[in-house]
Amino acid sequence: MIPLSGDIPNSKGAICENVDSNSIVRGTSTLKRGFAHMLKNGVVMDVTTVEQAQIAEEAGAVSVMVLDKLPSDVRKAGGVARTASIRIIEEIMDHVTIPVMAKCRIGHMYEAKVLDETNVDMIDESEVLTPADEYRHIWKWDYTTPFVNGARSLAEALRRVEEGAAMIRTKGEPGTGNVAEAIYHIKKVNEELRAIKSIYDSDDKQDLVKMAREFKVSYDLVEETAKIGRLPVVNFAAGGIATPADAAYLMSLGCDGIFVGSGIFKAEDAQERARAVVLATTFWEEPDKVKDAQKMIDERQSLLGLDIKNLELKMQDRGSTV
Amino acid sequence: MSKIKIGVLAVQGDVTENFLATMASMSELGIDGSVIQVKTVEQISSLDGLIIPGGESTVIGQMSLVNGAIKKIKEKIESGMPVFGICAGMVFLSKNSQDRVVGDVDQPLLDILDVKIERNSFGRQKDSFEANISMDPIGISSFNGVFIRAPSVSETGSDVEILAKFNEKIVAVKQGNVIATAFHPELTRDISLHKSFVKLVDNQS
Repeated sequence: MIPLSGDIPNSKGAICENVDSNSIVRGTSTLKRGFAHMLKNGVVMDVTTVEQAQIAEEAGAVSVMVLDKLPSDVRKAGGVARTASIRIIEEIMDHVTIPVMAKCRIGHMYEAKVLDETNVDMIDESEVLTPADEYRHIWKWDYTTPFVNGARSLAEALRRVEEGAAMIRTKGEPGTGNVAEAIYHIKKVNEELRAIKSIYDSDDKQDLVKMAREFKVSYDLVEETAKIGRLPVVNFAAGGIATPADAAYLMSLGCDGIFVGSGIFKAEDAQERARAVVLATTFWEEPDKVKDAQKMIDERQSLLGLDIKNLELKMQDRGSTV
Repeated sequence: MSKIKIGVLAVQGDVTENFLATMASMSELGIDGSVIQVKTVEQISSLDGLIIPGGESTVIGQMSLVNGAIKKIKEKIESGMPVFGICAGMVFLSKNSQDRVVGDVDQPLLDILDVKIERNSFGRQKDSFEANISMDPIGISSFNGVFIRAPSVSETGSDVEILAKFNEKIVAVKQGNVIATAFHPELTRDISLHKSFVKLVDNQS
């Protein structure tokens, strides 16, 4: 089981208070990581408007992620990509019953504080937006709202967890409609998890210390991860997912769920496709049902997509490397 | 005594946590039985008890409708199978559900538990909280309630027994063989609630 504890002492995000003479606590690791657990086997969809958010909810999305522009439009527009308009985020929060997430720029403490005050359900510190701090990520323990971060390797994932991320997703290459990078990242994480698990099982503490040094994270976190043989938080796939078959494949690689960015609302058949991706994620173990889902979409209406080799901007490389 | 079989509905949400809590309960109680993750009508047919886990009630409802699982679950509960609904599971079991902010939502419900639910009753994720809960009617005097965007029960029918309240809001109920909580016992190390459900299933079969 994924451990839910992991609070650092004096984390500012955890708040004790009294409500009608009952004492309660908010923003604990159990509540933040627990929230991510409730999303498991679900699909989080990128949206830019209330209408899209409602389509997503009706299709069976487990949550929506509000952006100003979908990742593929961020690529086209160039310039600086920032957090979405607060009014639009609030409008969406008033119109759907599922959780609403929003992105902030990597390292931008105050975009994060603004989203925290807006009461979004989760904040994505995302490479889709232009990083605000090239040297540091946000210290996420200071926030009551949980965070999700992208990672391309186990080391990156654990560094983000150590900073307080309650959930991890692969980075993939957003806005491309090309799932290859997400597949590469999850396979890499899985391979590295197997490696540290086998070190743990052979009881070679020195080798685990070496891994902790290499990963640039604390020994305790490496040991805990090695012991359970998986990330200590929920791990989703993201970046380039465009079809039901893409989603089902990533689920089969051990992802806990799926983020779809441009894949749905940049396709011509968004409504059908949204539903189809949810069906394929739910029933990924049954290939006949994945086929039925795949049949609901028309490949001629898929996001055209981009070849990753010739990209001008690789979003996954953005932000601090440590 | 035949071996009991308890299923955890594995459509969406925190399935593994409930699976492990139920396994631990069985072994602690020394009850011979198995726990399986279920999704299909065939799997549900063979169960002696079912846990509907936390997650998003809209998703669990819609996806259970797709493969006919919803009909089978309703049939089984009506013929006496004990069921334990947690958070989204509580919403899914109910006859009536409204969102605190959005109001009426068109979502598939099992229409079993005679209550009216207020979804997201305590607010959004930032308002999610842990607090001590007592469920005296089932002999649990102190329990760490983990409330995540939790619902509450705003009205109850005459057959519904209130197990717990928090700040005047009803957060755990029982109606015959149906138990439902707004909070997540599977996210704590305390398996007393899962144990009482396993005992309920064991006594039935």
